[in-house]
Amino acid sequence: MADVSLEVLGAWLRGFAAAVAANRDQLTALDSAIGDADHGANLDRGMAAVVTALDARPAADAADLFARTGMALVSNVGGASGPLFGTFFLRIGAALGAATTVSAMELGAALHAGVSGVEVRGKAELGDKTMLDVLVPALDAWDAALDVPDSAPQLRNGAPSAASALSRSCSAAAARAAAAARDATAPLVARKGRASYLGERSVGHIDPGAASTALLFAALADALAE
Amino acid sequence: MKKLINDPASVLADSLRGLAAAHPELRVDLEHRVVYRATPKAAGKVGIVSGGGSGHEPLHAGYVGPGMLDAAVAGEVFTSPTPDQVAAALAAVDTGAGVLQIVKNYTGDVMNFEMAAELATAGPGTAVETVIVADDVAVEDSTFTAGRRGVGTTVLLEKIVGAAAEEGQDLASVTALARRVAESGRSMGLALTSSTVPAAGKPTFELPEDEIEVGVGIHGEPGRKRQATAPASDLAKLLVEPVLADLDFTQAPVIALLNGLGATPLMELHLMYGEVAALLDAAGVRVERRIVGNYITALDMAGCSLTLLRADDELLRLWDAPVATPGLRWGA
Repeated sequence: MADVSLEVLGAWLRGFAAAVAANRDQLTALDSAIGDADHGANLDRGMAAVVTALDARPAADAADLFARTGMALVSNVGGASGPLFGTFFLRIGAALGAATTVSAMELGAALHAGVSGVEVRGKAELGDKTMLDVLVPALDAWDAALDVPDSAPQLRNGAPSAASALSRSCSAAAARAAAAARDATAPLVARKGRASYLGERSVGHIDPGAASTALLFAALADALAE
Repeated sequence: MKKLINDPASVLADSLRGLAAAHPELRVDLEHRVVYRATPKAAGKVGIVSGGGSGHEPLHAGYVGPGMLDAAVAGEVFTSPTPDQVAAALAAVDTGAGVLQIVKNYTGDVMNFEMAAELATAGPGTAVETVIVADDVAVEDSTFTAGRRGVGTTVLLEKIVGAAAEEGQDLASVTALARRVAESGRSMGLALTSSTVPAAGKPTFELPEDEIEVGVGIHGEPGRKRQATAPASDLAKLLVEPVLADLDFTQAPVIALLNGLGATPLMELHLMYGEVAALLDAAGVRVERRIVGNYITALDMAGCSLTLLRADDELLRLWDAPVATPGLRWGA
């Protein structure tokens, strides 16, 4: 298989659910510093609902997989995270449509659609100390890895496993960038969400949404590496 | 934590069941956590939906009834309801004339109601308009934050807009009226103590015995400053001055709300209103209508807030129109 399969995309979502569950208390601790101390619990509840929805039946195509994921999050998380993560996955599903395998380029384009959805829904700008501060650099890293000269010819030649190798290198680059970007939210002043009422007092704390978004990219890299 | 609850995890569901038992004139959808009028209003009239996190009672479920809301959507304590809950309410109260949803300006609420409107429009084809209330003058730096929070003006807006919908004004008129009320109201609050969210089990913030939080939000968000507590006559100035500094209230009749945050006795609220009324009078503000009591609370927080609404003859007329809800009732 040259491209990323539905099984691998499903493994990404399940891996993210497992990562959120494992880091639930840490996410909540970050949120208690500058928010309302429920991010870990809310996202864990939402991702558990996603796993239940995915267990119900196999996904017919990418649109089905990500629509069920998005709606489970939207209906179960609450707060701002539900609409933001929900919109992210709904837009990815809409972008991939009836595909059952996706190339690195298609997956990158779908992730961009997801990020656009988050931008429209949250109306945050880069530097506002939100999940967007991880999404944008992670996607930049993905795009840069797509353009690496010695990967591109492989893609064009269509060598077996070349495209999934490209997805692997893109997702690994995105995960590394996401982790760095997560840490880089600490010195920022929050300008969106409940943390914004703290103003300067939000400095020195990693944004909880940035932390969970970094888990999302780590889970994608792990799913593609397997 | 000592509270009249069974289990922190079931507070909302248990409370909604109790609300249904106490108010047979309401219909409670326990699955979607939406409170409706038992007898829907006549077809062809605009539906009015509000909602948000729980813990602010009587807001919003206590304002469901003739002359006010058609439905109130309840989120978990201090947490926005989800789009599927809100969308269910929007579809249920649409009698063909469309629905106005009233949203307090919190990041989660705004996003969830926005998605709900998209769902209700795309699915059942309900025409949905939205008004966002952002009246808390405590948030000074609103350009660099999520903006002013929605607080006391929400109560006055739900009453006035509910009256307009009840008399048959169309969606465009009701929406324009709602925006006008939202722009004409300002609020400021102060806390004597924190509240305790049942699921957290401990106070949301620490406040020393002899200090107050000036400009607190209804979820315990930090205010403008902390200071030593003081006589009520001085505390009243902390509420009145920032409100009057933000909007001119001397050129029109005013509706005033002196609101308790949940754990302050009515005796103290009346005392505070006396101080506030004297300051407003001295500042040339003509208060034509006023209510004093617990109307938008923050669980068991002690303290109060002041809301002023710059009205006119039309707003006063709609304010005076009959209303019959658990939380507000006159003329009916």
